[in-house]
Formats: sequence, structure tokens, C-alpha cells
Amino acid sequence: MHKSMSLTQLFTATFRLSAFTFGGGYVIISMMRRNFVEDRKWLQEEEMLDLTALAQSAPGAVAINASILTGYRLLGYPGALVAVFGTILPPLILLSTISFFYIQFKENFYISAFMKGTSAGVAAVILDMVVRMAKKILTEESFFAIAILLLSFISSLFFGADVRLVIFGSGLLGLLRAYYANRKFKGVRS
Amino acid sequence: MMLYLQLFWSFAQIGLFSFGGGYAALPIIQKQVVSVHHWLTLQEFMDILAISQMTPGPVAINTATFVGMRVLGLPGAITATLGCVVPSFMVVLIIAYFYNKYKNIWVMQGLLAGLRPATVSLIATSGLGILIAALYHVEIEAFAIKNIASLDIPAAATFIFGMFLLGKRRSDPIYIIIGAGFLGIVFALF
Repeated sequence: MHKSMSLTQLFTATFRLSAFTFGGGYVIISMMRRNFVEDRKWLQEEEMLDLTALAQSAPGAVAINASILTGYRLLGYPGALVAVFGTILPPLILLSTISFFYIQFKENFYISAFMKGTSAGVAAVILDMVVRMAKKILTEESFFAIAILLLSFISSLFFGADVRLVIFGSGLLGLLRAYYANRKFKGVRS
Repeated sequence: MMLYLQLFWSFAQIGLFSFGGGYAALPIIQKQVVSVHHWLTLQEFMDILAISQMTPGPVAINTATFVGMRVLGLPGAITATLGCVVPSFMVVLIIAYFYNKYKNIWVMQGLLAGLRPATVSLIATSGLGILIAALYHVEIEAFAIKNIASLDIPAAATFIFGMFLLGKRRSDPIYIIIGAGFLGIVFALF
């Protein structure tokens, strides 16, 4: 539990982030990382990466899962509830309003030019985070982590491997490695 | 009452059985909303996808709100959105509980050691997909060397400027995305 934050702060933070998450779940993760890890120091870099990995492995939208996990991590069950409400309210309010005039919305020149423009910004936000995370793994982590990074990157980018396959495969490799390391450790002790 | 339950249950299935987030969920949403319940025509479903790309929030939540509004007004929108969130909320909370409790045992450590780098790779792949779509207006799978010349120069400039501001100036990602949107309007007008 974190002392220097309240449920209201958590709600405001998730609401604000969710209101600007154009372009899918990873944008909100980039923003959460920036906001919760770098600016406010509510979470550590590695914890955020753990929560992201779990959010991606669970069913449902990644953005929602990530806010449930961070909310729970920061303030327990109330935190999880508050974070999920903060995250679903902006799209709920926006979409229920837009549903009355969605054809006009879809065909509006300014709205579509704005949205087309945002995608270059979204790509910058996501790739900026990737560069930071990859740098951390490449400089601080084991050979194993670097191998998984490259293997999963190549298989998903060039061979179009399914997200589920990549998650399952890398989780399994991690488990196997830990199992053998664990057995060796026990063997040495006994 | 029956209709409320149907809405809730349909979107609960969408929330529970969509892994990997984003567009992996589309076939499941389409099946529930268009084929099974006829809440939307295929055209309306395509419209909502277009709108979903233009508004913040996950596709599943946006569709839930939109369909709920069409079928039963605001109470329907809230019911469908909750349906989408509640089941994965419970699954994710169970995961969060185990993560916090067993974070330090070797099984969890091993699993996460594999998942962490893979997560970075999956985010990188998704970010590159968004970048290719922003700069070349093609899907990443369809991208080839011969497309290199068809670069959208304003979008490329926006991306590079965004990366610079994020990397060197530590700008807030929200301003980068909004700024990119306004640049999109400027470039569309001139």
C-alpha cells in the first residue's frame, strides 16, 4: 500500500489517462508507466513490467486489465475498483454521447484529420516506452532475458506469431529455466 | 429484464474469451452482436469500429456502450459495459492476488522472467504496426520495400518531432498525442 496517494488521486489519474488513450491498450500502458513510475514514483519499473505482462496474459482488454492490476497493487480492492471505474467512464460517456450522431461524427473532416494525425503521436509514445524498456533489459538483465526479447520480437514481427503463442512460449521457457536453476540449487545444498 | 441479462451475458463472453486485446476480440464481438443477437447490422458494426479508432477506450468497451445505447438506452449502455468488465475484473483480481502473494517464489519468478521481455517485444511489434499504418497507410503485413517511396512526410515529421520531445524534453505523452492530432488538421487543411 502506498501512503502518499489517495483513492481520489488514483481515480483522477486513471480517468485522465483513459480519456486520451487513442489507439489501443498499449498507449495507456505507456502513459501509466510514465505517470506512475517516472513522475509520481508510485511503482517501480520492474513492477510495472510485471503488471503489463500479467495484463496481457489475462482475458479482456489490456488497458482495463492493467488498470485493475495497478489499482490493486497500489490501494488493494478499493484501488482496483476505483481504477477500473476511472478507466471505463471516459469511453462510456463519450460513446453514449456519440451514439446519437455517430454518422456525422464519423464523416466530420476535422475529427478525422485530428484522428489521422494522432496515430503518428501514438506510435511515438509507444515506441519511446519500448526503447526505454528494451534498453533496461539489454543493459541490466541476463542473457536469458535478452534471448527471449529477440526471439519473441522476431517471431511476432516477421513470422506473425499469435500473441497467445508468444506469451505461452516465453512463460514456459521462463518456468523451465527457473525449474532447472532451482533443482541445481537444491542439489548443491543437500 | 431478459434483454438486460442477454446484453450482460453477451458482453461477459466477449470480456472473458478475448485474449491479447484489441483486434483479437473483433471476431468474437461480431459474432455476438451481429450474428447471434442482430443488435447491429454489419454496416453499423463497421461504423462502430471506425468510431472506436477515433475515440479513446478499448474496442470492446466502445462496442458495448454503443450497442447498449441502441438496445436499451443509457441503462443498457451501462449494463453492457459492466458485462464486458466484471468477468475479467474477477479473473484479473485472482491473478493480482496470486502475484502479490507468491511474487517471490521460484515458479512466479520464472514465469515473469520469461513474460517480461516477451511483453516488451509484443508492445514493440504493436507500436511498429501503428507506425507503419501512420506513415504508409498500409497494414504491417502488407508492407514491402516497394512502399518505401510512398512515405507520408507530414506524419513522419510528426513522429520524429514526437520522439524528440518524449526522449529529450520528457514531454507529457498526452500533449504529444493531442499535438499530433492538431498537426493532422493543419496538414489536412494546407
